[in-house]
Amino acid sequence: MEIGIEHYLTVAAMLFTLGVFGIFLNRKNVIIILLSIELILLSVNINLVAFSSYMGDMVGQIFTMLILTVAAAEASIGLAILVVYFRNRGSIAVEDINLMKG
Amino acid sequence: MTELFPNINIAYGEIFLSFGALMLLMIGVFKNNSVNLVSWIAVGLIAVTLFLTVAAGSEQTYTFSNLFVADGFTRFMKVLVLLAAALAVIMSREFFRLEGDERFEFPILLVLATVGMMVMVSANDLMSLYMGIELQSLSLYVLAAFKRDSERSTEAGLKYFVLGALSSGILLYGCSLIYGFIGSTNFSSIAVALSNMGESGPPIGAIVGLVFVLSGLAFKISAVPFHMWTPDVYEGSQTPVTAFFAVAPKVAALALLSRTLYVPFGEMSGSWSQVVIFMSVASMLLGSFAAIMQTNIKRLMAYSSIGHVGFALLGLIAGNAEGLRGVMVYMFIYLIMNVGMFVCIMSMRRKEDGMVEDIKELSGLSKNHPIMAAFISIFMFSLAGVPPLAGFFAKWYVIIPIVNAGYFSLAVVAVLASVIGAYYYIRIVKVMYFDEPAEEFVPQKSKPMKIIATLLAILVLAFIIPQISGPVIESASSAALTLRQN
Repeated sequence: MEIGIEHYLTVAAMLFTLGVFGIFLNRKNVIIILLSIELILLSVNINLVAFSSYMGDMVGQIFTMLILTVAAAEASIGLAILVVYFRNRGSIAVEDINLMKG
Repeated sequence: MTELFPNINIAYGEIFLSFGALMLLMIGVFKNNSVNLVSWIAVGLIAVTLFLTVAAGSEQTYTFSNLFVADGFTRFMKVLVLLAAALAVIMSREFFRLEGDERFEFPILLVLATVGMMVMVSANDLMSLYMGIELQSLSLYVLAAFKRDSERSTEAGLKYFVLGALSSGILLYGCSLIYGFIGSTNFSSIAVALSNMGESGPPIGAIVGLVFVLSGLAFKISAVPFHMWTPDVYEGSQTPVTAFFAVAPKVAALALLSRTLYVPFGEMSGSWSQVVIFMSVASMLLGSFAAIMQTNIKRLMAYSSIGHVGFALLGLIAGNAEGLRGVMVYMFIYLIMNVGMFVCIMSMRRKEDGMVEDIKELSGLSKNHPIMAAFISIFMFSLAGVPPLAGFFAKWYVIIPIVNAGYFSLAVVAVLASVIGAYYYIRIVKVMYFDEPAEEFVPQKSKPMKIIATLLAILVLAFIIPQISGPVIESASSAALTLRQN
């Protein structure tokens, strides 16, 4: 079987959905949310690279490089915020993040 | 030798501000007790950037291989963003001094976020759009969690980070679909490609992508149904941070949304106008109803800002230059009212309790602090949209275009939402003037705070005078025409 663009798009769509559900269904740990965010960004990268190679256009790959860089910065800031949060609360369980409501 | 970057002069403001932020970092690290110095240099940098931005002119010019655009529209919106940033830095000085928590990182993060917002306003490509949003958001995540020994502030930062990162992901997925189905990331090329599609219309993948991008941007302007983070983040962050959040990022994101809808996807207005109508109506109604139950003033301002975004979106639905002018005038007046109100909120401070945020703490304010009560009443009546204050004209300039465009029922909903919203704004005035006096606040001693509040209150009162409102409205009209010719 020839692997075409539609297969790549399907994989990316599945990863994206997994990432979004990982954020909303997970009730345990904030680290899992960070992993899910990375999953979403990776699915976007697969999409862009697949389109780029399919169309023979380099812009998609440049965009991918940009996303990779920003994702690294985003993860580091997310982890830093998580560390200060843990210092204050002593827990990173998702159900404990409930000081403000309403 | 050919020029490497033709027309780079239109980006001088952003370049200058980025280098300025790096220089501020050096000053902050190597000089002891440099908070005051860094803050005032930051204000100076923003002022110079304001000058460079205005000097860039209102001619439509592209640079960096069409990734970056400057025209009258970007100039107007950047001036608003820079004003909001400068005011936020000045306001934060007094707050942090009284809290005894002065750190030089605050103005620097604020300046970096401002650079991001300027890039957002000037973005002419999905790549620069993403870069601007991320530069802004990454700084704002840190600002939200700025009080790092406070549970509420770090929780606000964490919530903002998780939901903000999710929205960036959704936006990016939309960008990738648009790139794949239209074949370009450049706004101008997308517009050309879409207008060449002719009878068959845009591919379904592009429509799905556009909806994803719209959702991501709706998140940044906190329009319903992507508003969940707003009240929590506004309540948890420190007040100067909230004051900045409530204005500058919204102006920038709304400018970006206007450009995205009008320039590349102007041809697809049939596809997006339904979505924008839904967001606008839902935001106006939620902003009016949910705020009624609030007891915390910052939370109330969060719901109020959701409602105001709903009103500003009305201008986009009209889909013409008149509506766009409405959006710009709305953001200008929103900036004045909100910054003024936050100066008053920052003056709610007791000797032993520090900052207080409950609405009931304001009771009987007119007896202890008549001037502060008068200022809050002016801003509250203006936010409610009572004529002849500025807030009324803001609503006027967005509702008239949609009536002219034939959306009568939408105009009726907008007016009704504004009437319901008036209830909770005016309730605060009632609490201040007719309830039993609570304990006195510490009087506001800071000169800059007094000057800002007075100037903004006068501006709100005087907006009805044509000599004052005329220049704003005229520059908004001519700026709107650079983005949309009809």
